[in-house]
Amino acid sequence: MLGALALCRNIKWIRTVAVVGSLMLIGLSIWVLCDYLDNRAAGNMAEMLWVGSYPWFTPLNINLAVGVDGISIVMLLLSSIIVFAGSFASWKIEQPKEFFLWLILLSTGVFGFFISIDLFTMFMFYEVALIPMYLLIGVWGSGNKNYSAMKLTLMLMGGSAFLMLGLIGIYYHSAPEGGQLTWNILEIAQNASIEKGWQYFLFPLTFVGFGVLGAMFPFHTWSPDGHASAPTAVSMLHAGVLMKLGGYGCFRVAMYLMPQAANDLAWIFLILTGISVVYGAFSACVQTDLKYINAYSSVSHCGLVLFAILMLNTTAMSGAIMQMLSHGLMTALFFALIGMIYGRTHTRDVRQMGGLMKIMPFLAVCYVIAGFASLGLPGLSGFVAEMTIFVGSFQDSDFFHRFFTILACCSIVITAVYILRVVGKLLLGPVQDKHHLELTDATWWERTSTVTLILCVAFIGCFPNFFMNLIEFTFNPEFFRALMPAVN
Amino acid sequence: MESTLPILILALPLFTFLLLGLLGKYMKHGLAGCIGTASMGVTATLAYITAFTYFFSGSPLFMNAFGERLQSIVFNVTWLQFTPDIVDAAGQVIKSGLAIRLGFLLDSISAMMLIVITTISFMVHLYSNGYMRDHDGTPEKGFQRFFAYLSLFSFSMLGLVVATNIFQMYIFWELVGASSYLLIGFYYTKPSAVSASKKAFIVTRFADLGFLIGILILSYYTGTFNFTELTSAPVAGMDNTFAVSLGTAENIKNIFATSAAPVFLGGSVLTWALVLIFVGGMGKSAMMPLHIWLPDAMEGPTPVSALIHAATMVVAGVYLVARLFPLYLMEITSLEIVTIVGAVTAFYAAMVACTQVDIKRVLAFSTISQIAFMMVSLGVARPEYHHGLGYMASMFHLFTHAMFKALLFLGAGAIIHAVGTNDYTGMHGLRKYMPVTHWTFLIGCLAIAGIIPFAGFFSKDEILTAVFGESLYGYLWMTCVAGMTAFYMFRLYFLIFWWKDHKVHGHHAPKDQPWTMTVPLVFLAVMSICAGWFPFGNLVTWNGHPMFEHLSFWTNIDNLNWFVAAVSMVTALGGIGLAWVMYQKENDLPQKAAKLIPNLWDWCYHRFYWDELYMWVTHSVIFRGICKPIAWFDRHIIDGSMNGLAFVTNKLSVAIKGLQSGSTQRYVWFYLVGAVILALITAICTI
Repeated sequence: MLGALALCRNIKWIRTVAVVGSLMLIGLSIWVLCDYLDNRAAGNMAEMLWVGSYPWFTPLNINLAVGVDGISIVMLLLSSIIVFAGSFASWKIEQPKEFFLWLILLSTGVFGFFISIDLFTMFMFYEVALIPMYLLIGVWGSGNKNYSAMKLTLMLMGGSAFLMLGLIGIYYHSAPEGGQLTWNILEIAQNASIEKGWQYFLFPLTFVGFGVLGAMFPFHTWSPDGHASAPTAVSMLHAGVLMKLGGYGCFRVAMYLMPQAANDLAWIFLILTGISVVYGAFSACVQTDLKYINAYSSVSHCGLVLFAILMLNTTAMSGAIMQMLSHGLMTALFFALIGMIYGRTHTRDVRQMGGLMKIMPFLAVCYVIAGFASLGLPGLSGFVAEMTIFVGSFQDSDFFHRFFTILACCSIVITAVYILRVVGKLLLGPVQDKHHLELTDATWWERTSTVTLILCVAFIGCFPNFFMNLIEFTFNPEFFRALMPAVN
Repeated sequence: MESTLPILILALPLFTFLLLGLLGKYMKHGLAGCIGTASMGVTATLAYITAFTYFFSGSPLFMNAFGERLQSIVFNVTWLQFTPDIVDAAGQVIKSGLAIRLGFLLDSISAMMLIVITTISFMVHLYSNGYMRDHDGTPEKGFQRFFAYLSLFSFSMLGLVVATNIFQMYIFWELVGASSYLLIGFYYTKPSAVSASKKAFIVTRFADLGFLIGILILSYYTGTFNFTELTSAPVAGMDNTFAVSLGTAENIKNIFATSAAPVFLGGSVLTWALVLIFVGGMGKSAMMPLHIWLPDAMEGPTPVSALIHAATMVVAGVYLVARLFPLYLMEITSLEIVTIVGAVTAFYAAMVACTQVDIKRVLAFSTISQIAFMMVSLGVARPEYHHGLGYMASMFHLFTHAMFKALLFLGAGAIIHAVGTNDYTGMHGLRKYMPVTHWTFLIGCLAIAGIIPFAGFFSKDEILTAVFGESLYGYLWMTCVAGMTAFYMFRLYFLIFWWKDHKVHGHHAPKDQPWTMTVPLVFLAVMSICAGWFPFGNLVTWNGHPMFEHLSFWTNIDNLNWFVAAVSMVTALGGIGLAWVMYQKENDLPQKAAKLIPNLWDWCYHRFYWDELYMWVTHSVIFRGICKPIAWFDRHIIDGSMNGLAFVTNKLSVAIKGLQSGSTQRYVWFYLVGAVILALITAICTI
C-alpha cells in the first residue's frame, strides 16, 4: 500500500504521467482488492490486513501505522477511480503542472487518510488533503473564488480544531490507568478504556469535526459556494472523495472508539442529519446554478450517509458505506458533466440553457444517467445504497427512529423533483440560445472520463452483493456488542 | 421446469435494449426495427411455451393431486443481502435474512400476464414499424431509440410480473416507471411532452413512497419479502413449491402472532402496510386522486399509449393487489378501501370521458375507469362467494381489457396518423376512407361496451356478478358506470366515423395504413372477439382451485348469471342508443345537453379541476411555501451567521491589532497602567 503512496509522491507532473499514474493507482487498488479477497477466502480473520507500524515520533508514541479492511479498500478504489476520471476531465487546464501537483498532493492526503490507523497521522493526512483545496480553488477557480476558497478552508479548519481537540482527548484516555498512551485505533478499540464521561465530551467533538466535512446541517454552507467556484476536477474530487473523509472519519473514529457515547448521543445527530437530508433536497429544488443544485443534492445524500451510520446497525451501516461509494461516483460524474457543459456554454444557469440533448447528445445522455442514479433508479448505484439504508434504518422500531426513517424516505420523491426539473429544463425542450447550436459534443478524453464513471455506477447497481460482502466483514459482532449495550 | 426458457424471456428484451441503445445509431432504421420486433416475437413465443407448459402440462410442479394450481419458483438468486441468514451450529439455515432476490415465479396470474405483455408488446413493436414514419415512409428521428425504449419497457414489465418477492417487484416497478418516463418524453423537443413525462414520473414516485414504506413495514413484521412466504404455506415433500390454498390463512396468522404488532391510529400494522402498498398501486394504476398523470401521458407516441398506458403498466397496481390478495383478505378494511377507491374512480373517469374532445384522452379516461372496475372486483372478492369470483373476474377483465384497449389505441393511432390531429373535430365521417380501421375500431367499441359475444361482455359480467354478491348499491353504481362506458365509447365512435362527411384537406385523403399497422389491428380485433370464450375460471383463481367441474366450449355461457347479464346488456344497448341519437348525424342535441347541465358539463370538461388543484399545491404550497423559504433561510440565516462569525472575527482583529503597534512609549504606558491596576487589586485584596 505504501507503494501507492510513494508513487503519488514521486510522480512527474505532466498530463500523461498523471493519467498513467492514476491508472496505476486503479491497478494497485484492484490488486489490493484481489489480494484482500484471497486473504479473506483463505480464512484470515484479522480485523485489518497488512497492519504495519513505523515509529515516527517516539516521545508521543506517534507511528505511521497503516492497515486496511473492506471499507478502506472500497474507499481506495473510489478515490483512484475519481482521480483517474478527474485527470481526464481536466485535460485542458491552464498551468497543468502546478494543477496536477496540487491535485496529486490532495489525493495523497486522501489515500493516506484511508489507510492510516494511527489517529495522529490520520489527522495529518486529513490536513494534507484540505490545504491544497484552498490553492486549487483560489487559483484555478471561477466566479467569487477568493471568497469561496477562504470560506471553505476556514470552515473546514474550524472543524479540524474541534477534531484536534477530540483526538488529543482520545489520546490521553487511550490506555487503562498507567498504561502506555497510544494513537493507534485498533489498540484503543481493544482497550475500550475511554471513560463514559469523557466519551460524552469527545464524541460530539470528533463527530462534529468530521461532520463539517461530511456537510452536516448546519455546517454545510461551505459546500455550495466551494463547489460552485472550484474547477471541474477539484469539484469531482472534493464531492466525490473528500466529503467521504467526513463519513469515514465519523465511522472509524467517533463511532468505533466511543460506542457508548454513540449509542446515547446518536439521537441529537440523527435529528441534524435527518434535517440535512430533507433540507438539502428542498434547497436543491429552487437553485438555478447547476453546481448549486448538485452541491445541495450532495448535502442531502451525504446527510443520508451520516444518518445511516447513526442508526447503529449492520445493515444501515453497510448502506452508509455503499452510499459513500455511490454518491462519490455519481457526484463526480455530475460535476464532470457540469464542467464540460460549462466549458461549452459558459453559463451554469439552467434558465439560460435548454434543449442540449439535441446539441450534445452524448453529454446529455450521460447527464440523464447520472440523474437516474441520483434519484435511485434500480440498476444504478443509488438505489442499492438507499434501499439498504432504509431497510436497515427501519429495523429500529421505536417511534423516533421510524419517524426519521420515513422522513428520509421522503427525500426520494424530492430528489426526483429536482433532478427531473433540471433534466427537463437543461436537456429537453426547445433550444433556448441560438449560439448553443454551434457547440460540439464530447471529446475523447471527456468520453473516457464519463464512461469510466458510468460503468462503475452501473456495476455497483447490477452486482451490489460483491461490495456488500466486501464491507460486511468489518462489522464484526464485537463492535456491535460494544455499540449497543442496551440491546445485548 | 428448466430455467433456460424463463431466463431467455427476461434476457432477450434486455439484450435488445442494450444492443439498440448502444449501437442503434450506427444501424439502419429498418434493421433496428426488425431486430426489436424479431426479438419480441421470439420472446412472445417463449412466453407462450412457458405459459402453456404451466397451464396444460399437468406436471406435479404446477398442479397437485387435487387439480389445484401451484406457485412454482423456477429460479431465484440472491442479489443483495440485507441481514445475514441465521444459521444453526451445523451450518443449516434456520431463517433466512432479508435479501432482495431476483427470480422467476410461475403461477396462474404471472403466466397469464406473460401472455398479455408479450402479445401486446409484439403487436405494438410491429405496429411501430409503420407508425413511427411519416407519410412517405421515412422513419422519424430517434427510430432506433424508440425501439430500444420499448425493449427496456418489455424487460421491466416482464420482470415485474414474474417477481418472486415484493422488493424485486419494487425494482421493476421503478424501472417501468423510468421507461414510461422516457417514452412519454420521446418527443423531447416538445415542452408539453417534457412536462407530461415529468409529471408522470413524479406522481408515480410519490405513490411509490407509499409502496416503499409499506414494504418496509411488512418486511419488518414478517421478516421476509418473498411472496410465497407471505401468501402461502409450504407443502411438505415438494421442493421449491408452495401451495397457495393450503394453510394460507394459518401461515399469515402465525407470522403475525409471533411479532408484537402494535396498533397505529386505529389500524393494525398489517392494514397500514397494505393500504400503503395499495397507494403505490393507485399511483401506477391511476386511481383517484393520483390519476392526473395518465391523461397527460398521452403526449407520448400512440403505440406507447397502447402498450404502457392501456394494456400493461397501468394494470400493475391491480396485479400488485392480486399478488398479495391472501394478505388483503386478512384485513377486510383494506379491501373495502380498495373497493371504494375503485368505485369512485370508475364513476369519475366515466363522467369525464363523456365530455373530452381529444380521442386519446377519452381512451385514457376510459382506461382509468376500466382499471377501476378491476380494482372494485378485487375489492369485493370473498372466498365465501362463488369461490372468490371477484378475483378471477378482475384478472379476466385485465386480460380482455388489454386486448380491446390496445386495439382501440392502435386504431386511434392509425386515425391520428392518417388525419394528423388528436382532436375528433378534425375527423368525422372517416368510415368511407379507412374501412379496416373502422371495422376493427367498431369491434373494440362493442367489446368495451360489453355486447355479447365480445370479450368485454364476459369479463364485465363476471365483475358485476361479483359486485352483486357483495352489495346491491355497489352493483347499481357499477352498472350505471357500464352504461356510461357504452355511451362515451360510441359517442367517440360516431364522432370519428359518422357525424358528417369528412372534409379532405390538402392533396391526399386519409386512407388505411400499411400492413405493419393493419395486421396488429386485425389480430387484436380477433382477440377482442374471442378472448371472452376462454374458460378463465378454470385457469386463474385466487387459490388455484379450478372453478368449474366440467369444461366445454360453452362453459362461460353456461355459468352466466342471466339476470345480471340481461341487465348489463340492456344498459349497454341503452348507452349505445343514446349515443346513436345524439351523435350519429350532425345535430344540435349535444349542445342542448351541455346547456341543460352547464355546471356539471364544465366540471367534467375540466376534469373536476384536479390538475389545477395539484398545480396550486406544488407551485404555491411546496415550491413557494417550502423550498423558497428553506433556500432563503440557508443563504441568510445559516450562511449569514457563518459569515457574521467571520465578520466579527475580522473586526475584532482589526480592533485589537492596534495593540501590536511597535511603539515603545505605548508599551511602557500599557505596562505602567497594568502595574498600577495590579497593585490596586493586590492592595484591595490584602485589606
